[in-house]
Amino acid sequence: MKITITVNGTDHARVVEPRLLLIHFLRDELGLTGSHWGCDTSNCGACVVWLDETPVKSCTVLAVMADGRRVTTVEGLAAGKALDPVQEAFAACHGLQCGFCTPGMMMTARWLLDHNPDPTEEEVREAISGQVCRCTGYENIVRSVLRAAKLEGDEPDEQRLRAAPPQGGRAVHQGAGDVRR
Amino acid sequence: MQVPAQVEYERASSVEHALTLLARYGPGGRILAGGHSLIPMMKLRLAQPEVLIDINGISGLRYIERAAGELRIGALARHADLLASQAAGDHFAILHDAERVIADPVVRNWGTIGGSLCQADPSEDLSAAFAALKGSMIIHGPGGSREVSARAFHTGPYETVVGAAEMLTEIRLPIRPNCGSAYVKVARRAGDWPIGAAGVAVRLKGDLIADVGIGLTAVGAAHFVAAEAEEFLRGRVADEEAFAGAGEIAAEHCHPVTDQRGPAGYKRHLVRELTARMLRVAARRARGLDHVTPAP
Repeated sequence: MKITITVNGTDHARVVEPRLLLIHFLRDELGLTGSHWGCDTSNCGACVVWLDETPVKSCTVLAVMADGRRVTTVEGLAAGKALDPVQEAFAACHGLQCGFCTPGMMMTARWLLDHNPDPTEEEVREAISGQVCRCTGYENIVRSVLRAAKLEGDEPDEQRLRAAPPQGGRAVHQGAGDVRR
Repeated sequence: MQVPAQVEYERASSVEHALTLLARYGPGGRILAGGHSLIPMMKLRLAQPEVLIDINGISGLRYIERAAGELRIGALARHADLLASQAAGDHFAILHDAERVIADPVVRNWGTIGGSLCQADPSEDLSAAFAALKGSMIIHGPGGSREVSARAFHTGPYETVVGAAEMLTEIRLPIRPNCGSAYVKVARRAGDWPIGAAGVAVRLKGDLIADVGIGLTAVGAAHFVAAEAEEFLRGRVADEEAFAGAGEIAAEHCHPVTDQRGPAGYKRHLVRELTARMLRVAARRARGLDHVTPAP
């Protein structure tokens, strides 16, 4: 069936099978390979993207369910060349090693800070409790999210890089369907 | 890689439309809400519906409100909605206790209350909470709607009284004075299914237990209820002796099985201990003494 999903601000129309998962739509149809396909059982959280305003595990959402909705992926986190404070903090605090869990971690972290700009360490750990990291022992991830909160807290409001959901987004080649799984 | 079998997809715009689609497709049609149980089942080919009827567009089914002395929860309310609902927390602390330990925050964003109930997993948390609260379910079908007690909703593992042409639309919980409730679960890791869990709702009259509901999950309790322990408690003084006695009876009458989550004997031990603890917390809450979060 034909669906149109607004991904990172750009409309994408495709004809898909109803059984296609949203994560495969993003990676294989649109070539947006930032979101990772991990456990396939909604346990690991590597595939977390925003569906409209909330983080979801895109391995457990059908692409057809997102028809007419907005999806935000890690590719939509930066505003042009300016990294989101969450991205800056993950780099600064070494919040990743292999990087597999990182896109999902950052999407959840962004949502947390949008709703709770000054979280405690416990609140950060709770927010990412549905996401698995096999490298860091979570220490540096938690540190990164807390650093991002501090970065944003220190900024004057008008300079905040992310006052609204991403607009515009990057152009995506049509039919980039040859991504290796 | 897990791939669901081929399936058709329809979007329902209203309850009536969903019922029309269910009638059109018969047993091959299946309601799709959050999909966080159904889609994994489809990947494993344990569920193989011919047509998915997506109800996520029925915005009128997503609500949590007080009406006619009840808390009413629309079937499409997300787990995150229930956890965020002040009305739910004010009247039924058990619901917030339970929601804090259901799956994880991201899954709770999209998984629905109605979907969890209709999946009818024998380890599901809210089934025990609603059984403890003696709630009821509203089911819509071709002939209109009917109300079924939460304690009669499940007919077995993964089975409910909802017929092939029907859908669950609402959960109702009676609001009563002098009540307290609490829920606790023991799991191996964050977001996991319980090894064992207990939920209690108690109504006090002075020092006496006027009414009590005890819900158990993952331990083979019929209809998620510890009926014999409830019977034991009714009319007794709400004290430690009564709580311990009820825990013993609940442990004796449930039917846990040994599996990868633990041996049956350990699960009985959990039932004994968790039932007594939640009776204690619920009674304190009924007296307005505290609002502690139960910890295993």
